[in-house]
Amino acid sequence: MIQTDILIIGAGPCGLFTVFEAGLLKLHCHLIDALPQAGGQCSEIYPKKPIYDIPAYPSILAGDLVDKLMEQAAPFQPGFTLGERAESIEKDSEDQFILTTNRGTKHRAPIIAIAGGLGCFEPRKPPVPGLADLEDHGVEYIIKDPEFYRGKRVVISGGGDSALDWAIFLADGVASEVTLIHRRQEFRGHLDSVQKAMDMAATGKIQLLTDSEVTAVHGEGALKSLVVKHKTEGERTLETDHWVPLFGLSPKLGPIADWNLNINKNAVEVNTFDYSTNIPGIYAIGDINTYPGKLKLILCGFHEATLMVQSAFKRIYPDKNLVLKYTTVNGVNGF
Amino acid sequence: MDHIIEVNVIDRDGQLHKLEAPTDMGMNMMELCKSAELPVEGTCGGMAMCASCHMYVESNHEVPEKSDDEEDMLDEAFFVEDNSRLGCQIHLADALDGLTVRLAPVGQ
Repeated sequence: MIQTDILIIGAGPCGLFTVFEAGLLKLHCHLIDALPQAGGQCSEIYPKKPIYDIPAYPSILAGDLVDKLMEQAAPFQPGFTLGERAESIEKDSEDQFILTTNRGTKHRAPIIAIAGGLGCFEPRKPPVPGLADLEDHGVEYIIKDPEFYRGKRVVISGGGDSALDWAIFLADGVASEVTLIHRRQEFRGHLDSVQKAMDMAATGKIQLLTDSEVTAVHGEGALKSLVVKHKTEGERTLETDHWVPLFGLSPKLGPIADWNLNINKNAVEVNTFDYSTNIPGIYAIGDINTYPGKLKLILCGFHEATLMVQSAFKRIYPDKNLVLKYTTVNGVNGF
Repeated sequence: MDHIIEVNVIDRDGQLHKLEAPTDMGMNMMELCKSAELPVEGTCGGMAMCASCHMYVESNHEVPEKSDDEEDMLDEAFFVEDNSRLGCQIHLADALDGLTVRLAPVGQ
């Protein structure tokens, strides 16, 4: 069981800055994120894009902002549970929350701060009828262990780096047959990956089907075949053991939708006094919350985090007085 | 010139919305739909880095060509057609007066 003072769901900019502000109050934080790395959208969607509205930074790359927030949080030794999704919460006899992830990791804290941004990133699933029935029975959205595909016939869909890289990897002596399906002729991956895939297609190691998409799946209990539709040449059936659609990730509100929080248009309603939710001890900050006048800006999330930890402190230590201390006077004293 | 055009947005239920759109505010179709509370996500904020503002251009307007970024991003969308665009990459301009778009279906 991981014990902390503030359990932060979401390791994006807002969650990371919470570690710093909580640390100034001697509160320890632990962050959970469904993505395998910290930084949220900034790392996942646009690490190389400049942000222009962070005070004192006329321009900073999103990835660099995350690096700096990690550096700023480091003295307060935050814990991380990455690549796991916050799944369920319950209260124990000491009024502490027990939060369990989708992989069963348990966390315990008196305070939960939801800094989940747009929600958790999940694979985009193609709108093919009956697909859900074959998930984990031949249809996988993530390749966890390439050995799983040894000696199997594998079809990969997608035009980006992950589709190209996995097709190349699996076609190199792992899978018995690899087919790569893409909706147009151009691929958007790194040039050398594209070239390598083309070379392997030329020598027959990869069967390349461009201008095509999968429109149907067949199989009782396990995937047997796919229907592939070409833009102009019509449909064909392709027998296979696995289909791996790789269409990137998109955010979903996820399990927190079932935590009895007041939700309004995919956002958690909060009181702007301290960004508390309708459940005492649970706060929501950053893009995931909503209130009259809400702006989804990183800088607003920083402000919300700062006020939130004050309220969290008073909840944890109702009898202690809290005096605002300036970092310029006291410095940053880590744990 | 009052820098206001009218555009037509057909939502996923087939309902037509006539929207007045300013052309001097640096807005795009994703933002216009959001401001009219139409169900367009615009997850990435308009950087052509998600595909949640996918729409079809249904009128014959000369919409500026797709950039490589936009074309790449459409690879992650579904129900892509020849007239598919990302709304965030259609910048409102006087020449688009009378533009008609239809919101693409959303996946799961």
